[in-house]
Parts: sequence; structure tokens; C-alpha cells
Amino acid sequence: MGLAFEDEKPFLDRLRQGDPIAYEKLVRSQAGRLLAVAQRILRSEEDARDAVQEAFLHAYEALEGFHGEARLSTWLHRIVVNAALMRLRSRRRRREEPLEPLLPCFREDGHRADPGPAWALPPEAHVEQRELMARVREALDRLPESYRTVLLLRDIEELDTEETALALGIKPDAVKTRLHRARQALRSLLDPHLREALT
Amino acid sequence: MSRTLTCRDFIEFLDAYLEEELPADEREVFESHLSICPWCVDYLASYRETIRLGKAAFTDPDGPPPADAPPELVRAILEALPARR
Repeated sequence: MGLAFEDEKPFLDRLRQGDPIAYEKLVRSQAGRLLAVAQRILRSEEDARDAVQEAFLHAYEALEGFHGEARLSTWLHRIVVNAALMRLRSRRRRREEPLEPLLPCFREDGHRADPGPAWALPPEAHVEQRELMARVREALDRLPESYRTVLLLRDIEELDTEETALALGIKPDAVKTRLHRARQALRSLLDPHLREALT
Repeated sequence: MSRTLTCRDFIEFLDAYLEEELPADEREVFESHLSICPWCVDYLASYRETIRLGKAAFTDPDGPPPADAPPELVRAILEALPARR
């Protein structure tokens, strides 16, 4: 997650001094990327824009306390994730579909029979690859929100377990459980499409 | 973890295996199950692929996230800032 500022320390000093040109550079270089992060979490362009705006205001106010412990881009990323999660929590909760039907089933002895054919993936840069990526995004959107969010934060936004737990206000073990179930459910949703590719 | 695994046990420890969090002896039990169970070999491969596809779906250039922020958003952010300081 690189930032286009070769040496962050002088740039950070300018930001902390309230240099408007430095701030504009920061906003112009980062807002698009941060908007994409907020959109992934919120699935709403309007809410995502509000979250990014709030995040920049928060960052502006918090700059004095930021001394470059992390990269500026990483720090901003965390702020926008939190702003988006706050907004997500404030939304009326939608009723979630149960996840259990998407988890694997076993025989009484805990085993499974032999698998069917292996997944067949289309070649990269092929038109079918684009269709597959769209299918993956659709499948992710079908996951219950509390599972989708954990999967997004861990696998896509690359927060670690502790950071995810902190951001969501849940225990690290709950993050691990939800992530595992979310990945299994996503796998089940993709399974018929990727096995169909063989036939 | 017992010395023999069922497929259900295998699934339960899958993330710990992938994150390399299993102690050596448990990893050995896990891998010996893999050596005799085609279903779990298949599940592990497709589970790994699922994680990869999830990441790829959001770094795909044809995906929904825009590369640049809308100018009106940039403007709104910049206009809001001085009033706060």
C-alpha cells in the first residue's frame, strides 16, 4: 500500500504545520483509493463518500498526534476503515440469512465421500476471468454482513486478527471463527460455477 | 487433536494449518489425513483458491472501485478542512 511521497517525514511536517498545498496533495492522491475501501465495506457510493469525508476530517484533526509510527497511507487506511464501520453500525441492521446451509456437511462418522471433479479456473486475462471476478464479488455480497465484513477486513483490507477484532469490537477468537465460516461459505457459493466450467 | 482425523476435524483446523499455527505433531496428523483423503485434498485446494479469488476480485482492473476520487468529493473534503482548524 505505497504512498506517492518518497520521503514522508518532511511531507508529514508540512501537513502538521497546516500547509494547504500538502493537504490538497494528500487528498488528491489518497481519496480515490480510500473511497474504494469505503465502498467495499459499505456497498453504497453515497455512504462511502460520507465516510471518506469524515475520515479526512478525523485525520486532519489527529495529525498532531501522528508521528509516522506507520506509513501515512496505512494510517489513513485504518481511519477510513473505522469511519466506514461506524457508518455500517449506524445503519439499520438487515435481517441476516443463516450461514449454516453454506457450510460443508459430513456423514455421521465425520467423513465425506470422494470429491467430484476439481475446480477449473479460466486462464488469466481471459474474458471468462472477468466474469469470474464479477461472480466472486456477487458471491461476497451474498454473505451475511457480519461475515462479509470480517472477510473483507482480513483477506482484502489485510488487517490482522487483532486489528479486526478491535475495529469490530469483538474478540480475536470470534474474528477467526467468522473468517473461517465466511471463507467456507464463499467457497460453497463459488463451487457450482467452477465445477460447471468443466462440463 | 486426536491421532486420526475425520474430514470434519480437518475442516475445523484448516485455517490454523494454512496460517502455520499448528504445532509440528498436529501438523503431521493433519498431513497424514491429507495423504489418504481425496475429498480433503480437493477441499483444501478450493479453499485456498477461494481466498485468492476473494483478493483478486477487488484488485481486478475491471472491478467497481474507481481509480480517481470524484472531483466533487475532493472539493468537499478540501472545503470542509479549514473550518475545522
